[in-house]
Amino acid sequence: MTPQPKIIIRKLNFYYQKKLVIRELNLEILSNEILAVFGPANSGTTTLLRTMNRLCDLIPGAHLEGEILLDGKNIYAPDISVTELRRRVGMVFDVPTPLPMSIFENVAYGPRLSSMKTKAAVVEVVERALRMAVLWDEVKDRLNTPALRLSGGQQQRLCIARVLALEPEVILLDRPCSGLDPVSTVKIEESLQQLKEHFTIVIAPHNVQQAGRVADQVAFMLMGSLIEHGITAEVFENPTDKRTGDYITGRFG
Amino acid sequence: MRVSARISQRIAKIVIWSTAFFVIVLLLAIIIYILLKGVSALNWQFLSEIPRDMGRSGGILSTVVGTLLVTAVAIVVATPLGVGTAFYLTEYTREGRVTRIIRFSAESLAGIPSIVYGLFGFIFFVIYLKLGWSVLSGGLTLAVMILPTIIRTSEEAILTVPSLYREVSFSLGGTKWQTITKAVIPSALPGIAIGIILGIGRCVAETAAVILTAGSALRMPISLFSPTRTMAVHFYILAREGISMERAYGTAALLIILILLINVVANILVNRFVARGR
Repeated sequence: MTPQPKIIIRKLNFYYQKKLVIRELNLEILSNEILAVFGPANSGTTTLLRTMNRLCDLIPGAHLEGEILLDGKNIYAPDISVTELRRRVGMVFDVPTPLPMSIFENVAYGPRLSSMKTKAAVVEVVERALRMAVLWDEVKDRLNTPALRLSGGQQQRLCIARVLALEPEVILLDRPCSGLDPVSTVKIEESLQQLKEHFTIVIAPHNVQQAGRVADQVAFMLMGSLIEHGITAEVFENPTDKRTGDYITGRFG
Repeated sequence: MRVSARISQRIAKIVIWSTAFFVIVLLLAIIIYILLKGVSALNWQFLSEIPRDMGRSGGILSTVVGTLLVTAVAIVVATPLGVGTAFYLTEYTREGRVTRIIRFSAESLAGIPSIVYGLFGFIFFVIYLKLGWSVLSGGLTLAVMILPTIIRTSEEAILTVPSLYREVSFSLGGTKWQTITKAVIPSALPGIAIGIILGIGRCVAETAAVILTAGSALRMPISLFSPTRTMAVHFYILAREGISMERAYGTAALLIILILLINVVANILVNRFVARGR
């Protein structure tokens, strides 16, 4: 079976006030693959991720042109439910962001919002999500302790579990390992490999090496423009654009 | 004259320690003095009977009930209005002319002497709305009086909630209202509670505004439309008219104990709530 594009981005322009931060961007993201969008600071990678679940709507004065199709439907169409969209396209932030409540309540936060679920169903969803995020064994005996008492790596896996509990289709990860130690980073990268069987994953890695390790495809961005996009091994070994090669080999950035 | 860093450091330390020490001693001295003078008047009769003979004998039960009722009306009215306004200012609108007008009015209201609120309450609630001297008039007047405090403290409490909490809630598919009730309010609650506690303290202690609106009847209030006398007003009348200094101090002591009690209970409630998340 040939992979289908899950997300198609067409001619995306994104402005903060008058400043253009994403320029004429076209990109196709395949189902059940990991795409790493990388580039130096201020390249627009975070913004690009945030356009995909419309979290960028929260920024005052921001403005978007073009379209983003999720399963062929423009997510900026007027009849789209933004809350519904954000359940389908979950997001993990660059710093672990447990809410000040218990481990269980953090993971149950999303499922409870949709209010259709019974208590037993929520318990089941929480356990499944924590297992998928490879956190269950570490926390199963203390689900009611505050999430802020977990270590940084555990907190970030909790945030991943919290997104998984939404039963999303796409997961966006914005530099998910930037504040974590190498061991936690490895754990998260491993779990991503398992997760892509069920989800489409877009990650903004915190360095080039991580892009190389985890991604099936990579997209290199510079100053808001997409410079190059392709299969990871091909881009890393044979970049068609000189700037991509320079960045990957560490000559700048 | 130049002072070396070491000496300025030492002087600063002494000055700061002594200011704190002075303030604590002063506050404790006042509380202890009143308690010492007043505790002798506290006995079962004092707590369980209504005043007789203008307060020369009997107890002060009706004034305790009056205080609690007036304060309850004020808090029940002012809390939703104040907290709602604070949420409007922080979550539902951007900085602009409207927010500036609301903030400016709230700040101006906060600086007005309470007797002016009393006069307003007398003219508006007592006479114009024909509520008479009553628990309701007094409570509503106090509600207007503490509104700015509650708006201000709630607003600050809401602003200290990290915006990340909101982003997380939105990113998990929360609506604005779900985000406010489930992610913002739990974190802002201790701060909001402080505003309400401050408001309670001001209501319990208020004299000028209540005497003009709730009256000074010694009967037990039986409804929201009964006139009543609060403890602070009772204390004021006892002391000013020279009815009984001993009983005035007794009332003051009970007032202080009541305020301490409210603070302790409120703190326990807030801490219990906060402890769940940390």
